[in-house]
Amino acid sequence: MLILSSLLLFILTTHSEALTPAAARDEFQEELVIRPLHSGDIYASFQFRTLWDTDFLQEGQKVSHYRLFPKSLGQVLSKFSVRELHISFTQGFWRTMQWGQPFIPSPPGAELWVWFHDTVSDVDGNWKELTNVLSGIFCASLNFIDLTNTVQPSASFKPLGLGNATDHRFLRYATLPREIVCTENLTPWKKLLPCGSKAGLAVLMKSEKLFHSSFHSQAVHIRPICQDEQCSSKAWELRQTLNVVFDLHTSGQGKKEWSLFKMFSRTLTEACPLASSSKVYVDITDNPELFELSPATPLLGQAVVLGDRRTYSVYDLSRAETFGQLRSFNLLLRDMLRPLLHAERYVAGFGLQTGEIHTVIYNNHPYRAFPVLLMDSVPWYLQLYIHTLTVTSKSRDNKPSYIHYQPAKDRHRPHLLEMLIQLPPHSMTEVTVQFERALLKWTEYTPDPNHGFYVGSSVVSALVPSMVAMRTNFTQDQPLFSSFVPVKEESSYFVRVYTEPLLVNLPTPDFSMPYNVICLTCTVVAVGYGSFYNLLTRTFQVDEPSPPLSKRLANLIRRMRGVPLLT
Amino acid sequence: MPEKQRGRYAALAIAAVVIVVGIPLWWKTTETYRAWLPFSEISELDSLQLQLSVDIEVVFSRGTLTPEQQKKFPLISIPELLTSPSTEADLSLHMLSESSCGSVVVYVIPESSTLLPEDVKVYVGQRRTALLRSPPFKTSWNLKEVLSNLDVEVEQVVSTMSFGHQDIVAALSNRVRMTKVTKESMADSMRAIKSSPGYEITFSLLNPDPKSHSLHWDIEGAVQSYIQPLLNKLAPIANFSVDSQILYYAVLGVNPRFDNSVSAYTLSADSLSHVINPVEARLGSNAASSNPVLNFLLYVPDAHHSPLFIRDHSKRKVPSNAFHSPRWGGIMVYNVNEMYGPEAERPVDININMAKVMGVFLAQLRLMLGVQHTHPPTGFVLQSPGSAGLADWELDRLLWSRSVENIATASTTITSLAQLLDQIGNIVINDNIAQQVSSAVTSLQSAVAELEAGNLAFALQYSREAILASERAFFDPSLLHLLYFPDDQKFAIYIPLFLPMCVPIVLSLLKIVSEAKKRRADKQAKSD
Repeated sequence: MLILSSLLLFILTTHSEALTPAAARDEFQEELVIRPLHSGDIYASFQFRTLWDTDFLQEGQKVSHYRLFPKSLGQVLSKFSVRELHISFTQGFWRTMQWGQPFIPSPPGAELWVWFHDTVSDVDGNWKELTNVLSGIFCASLNFIDLTNTVQPSASFKPLGLGNATDHRFLRYATLPREIVCTENLTPWKKLLPCGSKAGLAVLMKSEKLFHSSFHSQAVHIRPICQDEQCSSKAWELRQTLNVVFDLHTSGQGKKEWSLFKMFSRTLTEACPLASSSKVYVDITDNPELFELSPATPLLGQAVVLGDRRTYSVYDLSRAETFGQLRSFNLLLRDMLRPLLHAERYVAGFGLQTGEIHTVIYNNHPYRAFPVLLMDSVPWYLQLYIHTLTVTSKSRDNKPSYIHYQPAKDRHRPHLLEMLIQLPPHSMTEVTVQFERALLKWTEYTPDPNHGFYVGSSVVSALVPSMVAMRTNFTQDQPLFSSFVPVKEESSYFVRVYTEPLLVNLPTPDFSMPYNVICLTCTVVAVGYGSFYNLLTRTFQVDEPSPPLSKRLANLIRRMRGVPLLT
Repeated sequence: MPEKQRGRYAALAIAAVVIVVGIPLWWKTTETYRAWLPFSEISELDSLQLQLSVDIEVVFSRGTLTPEQQKKFPLISIPELLTSPSTEADLSLHMLSESSCGSVVVYVIPESSTLLPEDVKVYVGQRRTALLRSPPFKTSWNLKEVLSNLDVEVEQVVSTMSFGHQDIVAALSNRVRMTKVTKESMADSMRAIKSSPGYEITFSLLNPDPKSHSLHWDIEGAVQSYIQPLLNKLAPIANFSVDSQILYYAVLGVNPRFDNSVSAYTLSADSLSHVINPVEARLGSNAASSNPVLNFLLYVPDAHHSPLFIRDHSKRKVPSNAFHSPRWGGIMVYNVNEMYGPEAERPVDININMAKVMGVFLAQLRLMLGVQHTHPPTGFVLQSPGSAGLADWELDRLLWSRSVENIATASTTITSLAQLLDQIGNIVINDNIAQQVSSAVTSLQSAVAELEAGNLAFALQYSREAILASERAFFDPSLLHLLYFPDDQKFAIYIPLFLPMCVPIVLSLLKIVSEAKKRRADKQAKSD
């Protein structure tokens, strides 16, 4: 009997193998989190995750047969030996003070950071080609990324996926703060989803609504992760995220009511049939009693995200009963906590010669100090005086425990400044550095130079102490938005805060000047040359002075009268 | 008057300095850098004479020649032909003499041989051999006469196995304006994708209805067993890379019409041209290379629009249910509605029969790659190509036309580049471009020479190098920098300096000349 059952099992397994022949397992999940913000705005965060149990970087084996994973990105990964790729396009600035922390932070404009595999010999060449290819895929001007705005941060951007690479030679980071994000970036982003915008949560992404918002950010994150807890083999994870903040407060006449239809002018009708899980979460932590969600859901979920235990109403779209009459959610809100970490930045000074960059970092934790990593990448045309760098907290000098500074080379690379600063509890830390504005060559100015030049956001990365203990075991059931950044410590969570990008005016010449100068110098040369030439070639002769006019007139009259002429 | 004389000398000296030092200095400092190009050799390419030669080995088997004739021959090889079916004979003949790429071996067998069926005059094998039933020879003929008697047959064999006039004309039709091209060879050359150093072959499974159908295709295994043998065979022509993807919710651009008579949806041949564009937006371009892409789409119609059939111009059902678009790829419609009943639980798991699909795609791929139909003369029998999907001589045919096409393409690219550079003096020619151009020219010359010598493999190699170098030179971005720098702006910049400087010089030179004339006239008057 035992033999028989084992034989049966054997037959069964071989049969199932024959059905799915050696195809690598892949999986797709989709999720939407809706979180009312205390300013009255609504934060909607989409996350789509495609997991594929395959390895793009395996030697001698080319990955070429795609199912859920988009082919264009897979080809990019294997061609350029990319180990990790993070790209985000953001329109608007995330107001941390009013809105709290986002699930996945991103700076205004475009941000791209890539870890290359350590077999890559020509990292800069790969980087250049990669940015060109990505600009084609996402219809963005990433091709303006070159060595003058690329840095290699030594501490701030560690790989988020598998493997603990420390050699920052294989890391490239660049931002384009001027990049304007619009529909043409959204369309290719949607095309990467297995269901496109035809089914599932992506149906809600109507561009005229998404871009009529206070904040819009779309991103793609690719990284290798473990297939299971033992981490015996690698899997690749593609996360596509889209974060929107809708300003329903002003458009809704001050009422704190919202619905999916009001925000997206669409409603959900089905889950993506390819998704293994498809869920909508609504954050109801701040309003335990005073809300009314329709339809009500029996499912409540809890998740610790960004150091805060929050309660969510969960709607499972893969179950048919969810689509009874899902039309509108209505709910009331209370104030939120202040974010524990917050940073802002501005330019001080007057005139067009020198200036000062102020970066202010707030620690709002009532009793704990914690360290933060500050990374600043400043273009070469702002010449930093690094000796003027000061860090003060509570009007006392705060010496950074780690400083990495790479000075700029004109027209070749930007400044890179990384610091590890200890923030005292409940304090404001100010980092200032003075700079001088360089004069550019006249071809280096942008078409509208009087608009000013953008300086990308500085990045504050920190492990913020948490009030809530965290679960550390890896579970599949966790919502996607809580599991992006791997955190090992129990009592803290990882946060990245981007400051505002700076807009700096550079001394701008009058662009018709070169021609004026040419004309002026030529005239001066010609006048000098002309008189010199005259002096050299003219011959001087003594000439009989002609009689004055009065004498000639007198002679004329005399001739008429017949009197002898005057001599 | 010494004073006047001195002024005159000063004016002359300044004019001389301006002409001898100033103008060359200005010329040198504002010159655009133009490296030397082999213009004369390029202009020779314009009227290129192509001469193609094929190595033909004619082997007489025992019994075709009389003993006296055998004595007259300088070299006699008599293969021990088996009296077995011709396929085995073909193989054994191939073992006998390893023929090089592009050459042809013709075995002449006695008229009475039973090796070939009665009415078959010529048998073409899978490799580079042909069997030829010998016409009767007179015993008194010497070698020359025997060979000249065979001329017509051998020529037919070569035009089947290597190239005929039509093939070369078709290969050149893209580049050279021809007067006499048959419609069919024109269609063949239009269908075949342009010669390129590499191709990307993409198989896409379109599933517009993932809610009803969960499709599984073993594309990896199918590519291994059906496509890869052909591609391995074609490796000398180009590098191929194969990939596949599954696209969900991808629909055709045309709504198929329901036909009551067959109770099925139909796509008419006229509407097929509108099918591709909407699908192509989903296919995505290849991110990792810029080689041309061949797309093969397998479309599984959604449950509400099945079955779907394609109809040709005469309103008949296309048996393969597939069509192809020249130089783009092919689409096959795969109906699955019969594989499950109406009460089956959705989504239905369906395994696609890859043998059926790949048969169609392989045939389309052969068309795209330009493996042309050969129309053998009567009395010819062609051995079917076997598992590789391509006989050796078919590959040779392809290589011949590809090398000719490559040479034509590269030489037009190079000549038009040279013409452009010659006409527009503003373009900077860097050293690397000059180097690319000269390497393209030398590769072209070697390719032509190798074709003349009959070394097909080398000719193809050189022609590919020529094409690569010429395209790299032609599309180099450094050529564009000063291309659009207009002349009027240059004059606008120079005039403020040159006008005030030149006017006094010119005026005083004119004055000197007129004075000299006057003096001569005075002198003449005096002497008179």
